[in-house]
Amino acid sequence: MKEFILIFRHENANGKVSPEQMQQWMKQQKEWVDSIAAQNKFIGGTGLLFDDAKVVDHNKMVTNGPFGDIKETLGGYITVRAESSDEAAEFAKGSPVLQGEGNTVEVRQIVTN
Amino acid sequence: MSTNDIIPNLFRVEYSKIVAVLSKAFGIDYIEIAEDLTSETFLMAVETWPYKGIPENPTAWLYTVAKNKAKNYFNRNKILRDKIFPELKQSDKQWNELDIDLSDKNIADSQLQMMFAICHPAISEKSQIALALRVLSGFGIDEIADAFLTNKETINKRLHRAKKKLLSENVRMIIPDESQLQTRLDTVLRTLYLLFSEGYYSERNPSLIRKELCLEAMNLAYLLLQNDLTNNHSTNSLMALMCFHSSRLDARLSEKGEIILYQNQDENLWDKTLIEKGFYYLQQASKWEIVSKYYLEASIAYWYTVKNDNQEKWESILSLYDQLLKIDYTPIGALNRLIAVSKVKGNGFALQEAEKLKLKDNHFYYILLSELYKETDRDKTIHSLKKALKLCRTETEKLFIKKKIKNIEI
Repeated sequence: MKEFILIFRHENANGKVSPEQMQQWMKQQKEWVDSIAAQNKFIGGTGLLFDDAKVVDHNKMVTNGPFGDIKETLGGYITVRAESSDEAAEFAKGSPVLQGEGNTVEVRQIVTN
Repeated sequence: MSTNDIIPNLFRVEYSKIVAVLSKAFGIDYIEIAEDLTSETFLMAVETWPYKGIPENPTAWLYTVAKNKAKNYFNRNKILRDKIFPELKQSDKQWNELDIDLSDKNIADSQLQMMFAICHPAISEKSQIALALRVLSGFGIDEIADAFLTNKETINKRLHRAKKKLLSENVRMIIPDESQLQTRLDTVLRTLYLLFSEGYYSERNPSLIRKELCLEAMNLAYLLLQNDLTNNHSTNSLMALMCFHSSRLDARLSEKGEIILYQNQDENLWDKTLIEKGFYYLQQASKWEIVSKYYLEASIAYWYTVKNDNQEKWESILSLYDQLLKIDYTPIGALNRLIAVSKVKGNGFALQEAEKLKLKDNHFYYILLSELYKETDRDKTIHSLKKALKLCRTETEKLFIKKKIKNIEI
């Protein structure tokens, strides 16, 4: 069994949302995670916050970000166990992140030694 | 708590508490920061709970996160530190001792102080209501805009201006001292009364919003009743009034959203628990042995919960209206008094008094006239209703009057 990371990328994710929208998002995300966990294939994961984000460039310049230059931002990730990247991609298809046009889920194998 | 709507439920209850406590700790001029930190706390929950599961005590989880966020913000913000601990200006030492007290007592105290701050006489009534809904009830900008039938921009501007006023008037989060307490409490109660009326009388809003506005006004009044300083005659009277009125919320509107008149309401839809509660608060209010506007209105509202038409009921209502108009004259009060007059002394007598009122631009006046003419003069009844039709403003009312005319003309 290999391990994969599923990385969520959002477009324009930094907007004010209502509690009802938060609930909707949380519910879908939880159901998705639970369905993978039910197969004993969920390892871990988390969402990422926008507030107080920083970007450090090669000159060690620290800026608030990632806003402005980069249209797409990282919204969170989960790690899963799967036989192949195809199976991991099948998991990714169920992600509620993909309801937003322009959003993607990137599937990458994790080096586990 | 059901997990299906855990976030909206927590938001409704906890948002205003956390904002109040943080604003109290930082000073109300930092209210926007307090709101942002609180919103971020909820976002944090949404970005954590799907993966780690919903914590056993979600409220405690939120409080811990909010506390840490507030402390981080405080440690990063020198201006705020200097403001709260002036002695730090001289020293370079990092200060970690900001106390964010999320005990029940401090939450209740902070919310009460927030109420007084928001209902400051320097802030317009409209803005007070908008601020109260946002900061004390956790309503979204969209919801407030819906309640006022306006757009988000208008509400945002209104909130922004109100917050600037808090700053320029140097408003503090404190309970006013004894010499000012009653005057300031009157303003708070007036805002709650307006908030309730916006829900109860506005015929523009869908019934769901109306109900929520009424309930919020009652929740806030309940907060006032929890504190010995504000649990007094006026607060109890207003609470009684709101309980009696809201007991009829469900009976007052048909499924299509049309108004159902008092005499045609299905009594079974009246909320008995609320009537009992109203009676309890009215009794509490009477302990002070004073008579006030809210007390008289609550007493009238009490009699209206007695469905049977008997002499005692209408004589009591008439006498209460006589007292009320002396201390707070309103055209609507005068018209309602005439209904009582007609029940006690007959339509003819009420008509004579109605002539004296001369409320020629008020459609309720003509609706009342039509009722008083109903049994004796068919032409005048129809004539009055047609005048009312010309003057009324909402579709619901137009529909209601047209229906009346049709019923007579058949």
